Amino acid sequence: MPDDSEFNFRRNVSRALNDRQLRRNFKFAMENFILKRKEIFPDECETEHLRTLGSNIKVRALNQLPRLLEQLEEKCTRNGIQVHWAETTAEANHHVLRIMQGHGATRLVKGKSMVSEEMELNEFLQEHGIEATETDLGEFIIQLNNEKPSHIIVPAIHKNKTQIAQIFHEKLSDVPYTEDVEQLNAIARRTLRQKFFDAQVGLSGVNFAVAQTGTLCLVENEGNGRMCTTVPPVHIAVMGLEKVVEKLEDILPLLRLLIGSATGQLITTYVNMITAPRKKGEKDGPEEVHLIILDNGRSKILADPQLRQTLHCIRCGTCLNHCPVYTRIGGHAYGFVYPGPIGKILKPQVEGLKKAGVLATASSLCEACAEVCPVKIPIPQLLRRLRNESYSRDASCMVKDCGYQHNLIDSMAWKGWEWMNTHPHLNAIVQKIMGVLGSKIPPLGPLKQWRRYRTLPRFARKSLHQLVAEQRVENE
Amino acid sequence: MKGYPEKPETVYYFGTCLADMFYPEAGMAGIKLIQREGLRVVFPRQQTCCGQPAYNSGFPKEAKKVALKQIDIFPENYPIVVPSGSCAGMMKHHYLLLFEDHARLDAIQQFSNRIVELSEFMVRTLNVKLEDRGAPIKVTWHSSCHALREMQTIEYSKSLIRQLQNVQLIELQNESECCGFGGTFAVKQPDISGAMVSDKVADIQQTAAARLLTGDCGCLMNISGAMEYQKIPIKGQHLAEFIWERINA
Repeated sequence: MPDDSEFNFRRNVSRALNDRQLRRNFKFAMENFILKRKEIFPDECETEHLRTLGSNIKVRALNQLPRLLEQLEEKCTRNGIQVHWAETTAEANHHVLRIMQGHGATRLVKGKSMVSEEMELNEFLQEHGIEATETDLGEFIIQLNNEKPSHIIVPAIHKNKTQIAQIFHEKLSDVPYTEDVEQLNAIARRTLRQKFFDAQVGLSGVNFAVAQTGTLCLVENEGNGRMCTTVPPVHIAVMGLEKVVEKLEDILPLLRLLIGSATGQLITTYVNMITAPRKKGEKDGPEEVHLIILDNGRSKILADPQLRQTLHCIRCGTCLNHCPVYTRIGGHAYGFVYPGPIGKILKPQVEGLKKAGVLATASSLCEACAEVCPVKIPIPQLLRRLRNESYSRDASCMVKDCGYQHNLIDSMAWKGWEWMNTHPHLNAIVQKIMGVLGSKIPPLGPLKQWRRYRTLPRFARKSLHQLVAEQRVENE
Repeated sequence: MKGYPEKPETVYYFGTCLADMFYPEAGMAGIKLIQREGLRVVFPRQQTCCGQPAYNSGFPKEAKKVALKQIDIFPENYPIVVPSGSCAGMMKHHYLLLFEDHARLDAIQQFSNRIVELSEFMVRTLNVKLEDRGAPIKVTWHSSCHALREMQTIEYSKSLIRQLQNVQLIELQNESECCGFGGTFAVKQPDISGAMVSDKVADIQQTAAARLLTGDCGCLMNISGAMEYQKIPIKGQHLAEFIWERINA
């Protein structure tokens, strides 16, 4: 039996592809997302202009990242927000624990935060006797079912209505089975309302942090984010260090790009701009606000000018929605908090090529992701880079476990290919031989894989080179 | 806006390795379609492959050697017509990335600038007029990802099909979705690629078209192979070959 906890992409893929319900759920949801994005970005020229702007904002921010982070810390501190640095997810988790223990807190409500998923915060807190409750509806559903998100924006997108009805009925006490969406919403609202009342600490993510003003920007549609950041007496925000931007003006285009790409809306129902804890005379808001800034491999990615583009990501999830591979295998198959195209370039950089390099092969390089990315991350180009680093032993390689796939067979095969294609006469001879014998080659290795879904292409009796010679097409 | 030079007297033709090996008639049809407009077509015999297979598979050094060889055998300042969006995209856009730091970047840039995909060349530069002589037929069209996203030539290809009076073009529901070929992707992730091509075939079937047309031999090899494997009697064909057949029927 293979160990289930170990990342096994092939097994995950085969499971997902054989799950018809899962494939139907994803296909339906992704087609809907693609349509909504198209409607909200109707003008190609304008969208292109906006994407360029978004990309430039991120380039500018990343080029001066250390300075912006220092400035953010300084501004936040001056505004009364306490800033904590975490190099690893373990450090970030301990910051959360220490803050909670400082208040004798045992109950936490959480707004949706992918960084907290990256930290595996819920599991960590549970081990320390702290109850963490997800309050985003999607996150709430999968937490009840003890699952991980399968999409970074809509974490329970792999579930349909019937499956959710079943989960609520089984996992919540005194809930009769219902597939009525309004009723299901009401059940979740009722359950969560009490959690908001009881929580001593609220935790949220951060969509953008503004260095010049120390503003934490957070978008959401359910109001749960605002509840988490204003109802409990203590608010903890967690962010990856790449989320900082220079100035307030940068936020507007980025919000338009993020929200349009993520949900196809012009603006979310809630846009939270958090600058300080509750001040004297103010009627609401937390008394304490903490900001935890997580590195977890990001500064290493920052060091390489090409790979750095990975950090442009504003976590909109549109590359997932448009990816023909993600649409077919779903989010869980990637075995990583960030699935889809962005996960394919991020996971190998964070976890190393030995463990996750296989993800770089799971792309036809169709470029659908690059076409829609709101900050123009050249994902296909970065996939090529990771493929190269998987084989290459060059000193210029940057990614962990580079060269792990280096082997004689591949090296010789590609050297042979190079030789054939730089020696046209040899190429022509081989071509002639294949024209006669091509169909008699035993279908081994890659050919065997090809034949599982298709017939093999047949070598032509006469190559194009032969035809042009016969028909006297000029040579020069 | 792209600029289009006057109709030249002579063009180079880069046939692509897949057409050379598997679809020489498609490659030849492209040449004849250009000759028909009164142009001289030069096919340098030394040409082989654009280098994309190695480039996409993690072997850029090998890709570079093969690419440089191609650049050297198209010395004159003629347009280089390519009957493939993917190979054209490689030579027009990716060479500049592949040779970013190369001493000969200027020459490479000059070469890349001359690359033009066949259907765009036929529509924008040659302004071809096609007279359909074939029997009525329903066809459908598959957009190759690189023709769509790198070369952006899909509208030219489809406009050529629409010129054929007896040909009814029925579009796919997911025309812009990848067929799952992706070179070595098809054999490195056979099940994902298989799922993609199976969906593509189902989409083709629901159009009830008698023929599938595309402008790229990679997609053609993948989709035709899958249709043949599933014993579906729809023929896949390269657009150039189809057009040549129609106007000479």
